[in-house]
Amino acid sequence: MPDKTKLKKTKPGKALSGKRKEKARREFLRTSAMAAGVLSFSLLGFLPVVQGTSSRLRPPGALKTPSDEKDFLSSCIKCGQCVQVCPVEAIKLTDMNDGIGIGTPYINARDQACDFSCDGLQCVLACPTGSLAHELDFPADSRMGFARLSSPGTCLAALGKGFKGQARGPDYKGVLRFDEIDRWNPIAVADHPYDLEICDLCIRQCPIEIRITQCAEAEKNKPAEGEKIARVAKKIGNECPPVHAIAMEEVAMPNGKLRMLPVIKQGCVGCGVCEMICPLEKPAIVIDIHKITNLT
Amino acid sequence: MGYFIESLAQIIGREPKRPANDEISIKVQEIHKYKKANKITLVKLEAERKANRARGEASRWLKRRWAVLISVNLLFVVSYYFDIQLLEGALTASRFVGFHMADLNSSLQVMLAFKHIVLNLMIGTVTVFILWLLLGGRTFCSWVCPYHLLSEWAEKLHLWLVAKKIIKGYTFHRGVRTFFYLVFAALTFITGYTIFEAISPTGILSRALIYGAGVALLWVLFLLLFEIFISRRAWCRYVCPIGMTYGFVGSMSPLRVVYKPELCFFGGDCRTVCLVPHVLDSTIMGRARDEIVPIGADCTRCGMCVDICPASALKFEIKGIGKAFDEPEEKNTARPE
Repeated sequence: MPDKTKLKKTKPGKALSGKRKEKARREFLRTSAMAAGVLSFSLLGFLPVVQGTSSRLRPPGALKTPSDEKDFLSSCIKCGQCVQVCPVEAIKLTDMNDGIGIGTPYINARDQACDFSCDGLQCVLACPTGSLAHELDFPADSRMGFARLSSPGTCLAALGKGFKGQARGPDYKGVLRFDEIDRWNPIAVADHPYDLEICDLCIRQCPIEIRITQCAEAEKNKPAEGEKIARVAKKIGNECPPVHAIAMEEVAMPNGKLRMLPVIKQGCVGCGVCEMICPLEKPAIVIDIHKITNLT
Repeated sequence: MGYFIESLAQIIGREPKRPANDEISIKVQEIHKYKKANKITLVKLEAERKANRARGEASRWLKRRWAVLISVNLLFVVSYYFDIQLLEGALTASRFVGFHMADLNSSLQVMLAFKHIVLNLMIGTVTVFILWLLLGGRTFCSWVCPYHLLSEWAEKLHLWLVAKKIIKGYTFHRGVRTFFYLVFAALTFITGYTIFEAISPTGILSRALIYGAGVALLWVLFLLLFEIFISRRAWCRYVCPIGMTYGFVGSMSPLRVVYKPELCFFGGDCRTVCLVPHVLDSTIMGRARDEIVPIGADCTRCGMCVDICPASALKFEIKGIGKAFDEPEEKNTARPE
């Protein structure tokens, strides 16, 4: 580049010739324009932030209170190690059209929810920056969002209907862990058809409710007094059994009739399995990330 | 100390300092005088270039470098694809057989934004700092960064277009990289978002390779087109704060390229292939101070100058190993620390 070498020859302190001055001036203008361009482009990334909180479901440990999204975004180094360790491949990375959060992990619960198959919060352990780690020790301690029965009018249970067949059809790729088949290894939802008198899939597959059952089993087979128990089986806070997350209850409708409805409880962690498993075209239950509640 | 200061000054964008006559050692003054009087003829220079190519030395480091760059990036891909857990994560942060690694610039951004450092990040940052301190700092750019490779190909195209007079290349002021560095750091600190990461082609490409392509690649494509049609190696030269961070690390590194004016033909080939030609200012007739001149820390240790030099006047050197004898006295006191 000829103009560059010429510039280099200019001795500091020596007055610039008219031509060189003009060249330096042009380079300065060009550089300013380039700097402005790159900076404005990088600022475009702020748009979604200014608009409000992300509507993405984040992996466990990203959030506990609504304001945690800011901490999450500032600490995420965008390496995707959480993506790599997830046994059900629930975690994906955001793209450039998602703004400043490019390369940050999210979960599309309808496609594949986190069912805590790893049992040890592998994503939280893999995170190198503490972006996923809001003092989380076990699944029931996380707060990704909160389930909401968004259309009780279509809910099969509310209509008193059962469900028979593959929950999401034969082509659905999602996997879940079925306690009665294999506690540790998830299998395709399509390979696990149901035959239910009253549809209770959202309750049946809820990882928190499954955990409560496991805890009850463990309680039954409890070792004798004084015998040593493994650290993981120890009762710590909400670990075992956790607080209920969802239950089928009789609810009075506005017209005075009583109906069975899935009711979301305080223990819901917002993992999204209910949204994933709901057999309707448009799920009757969804995860609301703006309503993250704390256990009290 | 001189090397250290001069390196930093060049990294932040100052033009190389031309030595005053009394700063050039007597021996080098004699060399310059002799070389000026006995200039190599164009025919002979062309023959030497040909001989260098014939010896297979004109692309020796290039081949090694591309092999390393592609291997490192493939290792990430293969590691995830086959789940062999050798190198997990992406270039911004990873774990090599379980051991934490974190890109220095990315972790700096996170520290500024989050204002809190967890132990794992500290371990990763220190490990990578030591690694690149030993390997030369900006060595990361040319030997690991995937954008560098694409940019090299874009550069070839750009130079061809310029040579054919189809386009005209434009330059910018190198100081703008310092401006970007400070602005990105300040914005990150104030807003709490790592905004450079959102536009960093290094991160975007690394993630695209490992986790699949996305819209963000359009930005990388735009940058490449800009470099092909408007300005040679614009991102690496004028914008990228990653290079600057590693440049600072490299200023303390023992691994660098050294220049020996005694062997030089003063053909200037090295400066035409260099990503950062200001570091090769000493190779201009009359600019070298000593018989052995270490090349400044903005150098990416890519070895293109070493490859193209028909006179073997430019060589890789590890400071303090096997070079103690022919080092001039002044250099022994000029320790970068």
